[in-house]
Amino acid sequence: MSYVIDTVAWILMGAAVIFFTTGALGLLRFPDVYCRLHAVTKTDTLGLGLLVLGLALKSGSFSTALLLLIIWLLVLASGAVNCQLLARYTLDVEAGAAQSAIKRAQGDHHDT
Amino acid sequence: MTLELMPDIVLGALLLLMAWGALYAPTRYDAMALFVAFGVVVALIWARLGAPDLALAEAAIGAGLTGVLLMQAARQLPAEASVTGKRMPWFGSSLLFLVLTCAMFAAHILTDSSFKQAGIDASATRLLGGPTVPEMVTAALPNSGVSYPVTAVLLNFRAWDTLLELLVLLLALTGVRQLYPGTPQHPRANTASPPQAWPVLLSWARFLAPLLVLLGGFLLWRGASGPGGAFQAGALLASAAVMLRLTGLLPPLRWSSFLLRLAVILGALLFLGVALASLAFGDGWLVYPTQWAGALIILIELAATLSIAVTLSLLVIGESEDLSS
Repeated sequence: MSYVIDTVAWILMGAAVIFFTTGALGLLRFPDVYCRLHAVTKTDTLGLGLLVLGLALKSGSFSTALLLLIIWLLVLASGAVNCQLLARYTLDVEAGAAQSAIKRAQGDHHDT
Repeated sequence: MTLELMPDIVLGALLLLMAWGALYAPTRYDAMALFVAFGVVVALIWARLGAPDLALAEAAIGAGLTGVLLMQAARQLPAEASVTGKRMPWFGSSLLFLVLTCAMFAAHILTDSSFKQAGIDASATRLLGGPTVPEMVTAALPNSGVSYPVTAVLLNFRAWDTLLELLVLLLALTGVRQLYPGTPQHPRANTASPPQAWPVLLSWARFLAPLLVLLGGFLLWRGASGPGGAFQAGALLASAAVMLRLTGLLPPLRWSSFLLRLAVILGALLFLGVALASLAFGDGWLVYPTQWAGALIILIELAATLSIAVTLSLLVIGESEDLSS
C-alpha cells in the first residue's frame, strides 16, 4: 500500500516539475506581459498544487497535509492578486504612454 | 558524489549567479529583483544548513523588507539614474564564476570529513582540551529560562549582542531621520499609490494583515522552545504594517506621536533597565536571576518585537512627513 502511495506521490511531483518548467518557458518565450503572466500564474498554481498533493501523500500525516493545503491556498490567492496588480499596472503604463504619444503627435501637428 | 549534495550545489551555483547579476545588471530594477532573489536563495541555504532562525530572518528582512526599501528608493531616483551602465565582459565573468565554483567545491571536498565529524568550531575547541560550545550551551540550558538553545544564547548568554543590535536599529532610524529636512518637501511621497482604489487588493490586504499578526505572535511565543523570536516576529509585523501603508489602509505613522516614539525605544529601554537592575541588585550586568530568567526573557522579547516592528516599518515606509518632527 505504501509503495502505491509513494509511486502516486512521485508521479504527482514529476507532473508538478513539468508544469513549473512550462511556466518558466512561457515566461521566457511569450511576447508580452499579459501572456507571460498567464503562463506563470496558471502553471504555478497547478504545479504547486500537484507538488503539495504529492508532498502531502508522502508525509502521511494529516496535520502536515493541512498545513501544506493552507500554504497552497495562500500562494494561490496572492498569485492571483499579484497577477492582476501587474497586469493593471502594465495597462496603466501602456495607456499613459499611448496618450502622451497622441498628445505629442497633436502638438507637432499644431506647431507645423 | 552523493545525490544529497545536488540541491546544495544547485543552490550554491544559484547564489553566485544571483550575486553576480545583482552587482552587474544593466538596470537598477534588474539588480534589485536579483538582489531579492539572492535573499531568497540565502534563506533556502540557511534552511538547508539546519538554521531555520536565520532562514526566517533572512527571508523576512533580507528579501522582503529590503526589497520594498530598494524599490521605494528607486522610485525617488531620476530616470537617468535607473541605468547602471555596468558591463562585465562575458569571458571574464564566466572565467571568474568557473574559478569560484571550483574553489568552493575543492574547499568542500578538503574540509568535508572534518565538517561531518564535529564542525570547525567544535573541533577547534576540542584541540584546546576544553568542552565545545554546543556542550557548554546544553549544560547551561536548564538555568537559562528557555528550552531552545538559540534563544538562550541570544537573550541570556550573549544578551549583550542582542542589546547592541537593538541599539544599532535605533541608530539607523536616527540616521534616517537626520536625512530628512525639517519641513515636508515631497508632496508626491504622500499621494496614494495607483492600486489603492482596487477593491480586491484592499480586501486581500485586510485578510493578510491579521494573519501576519497571528504568525508574528506565534513566532514570538515559539521562540522560547523552537525556531522563532523577536527579530522574526518583528519583521513579520513590520511587513504587515508596510503592506497596509502601501495600500493606503493605514494612516501615515507620525513621529510627533508620543506612543510611536515610545514604541521605538521601548525594547532598548527595557533591555537596558533589566541590565542596570541586574547590575545593581543581582549578580552583574545582564546576569538574570535563574527563577526569573524565563519571565524576563519573554518580557524583553515582547518589547523588542514591538520596537523592531515599528522601527523596521518606519525605516521602510517612513516618509519625510512621518519622520521629521
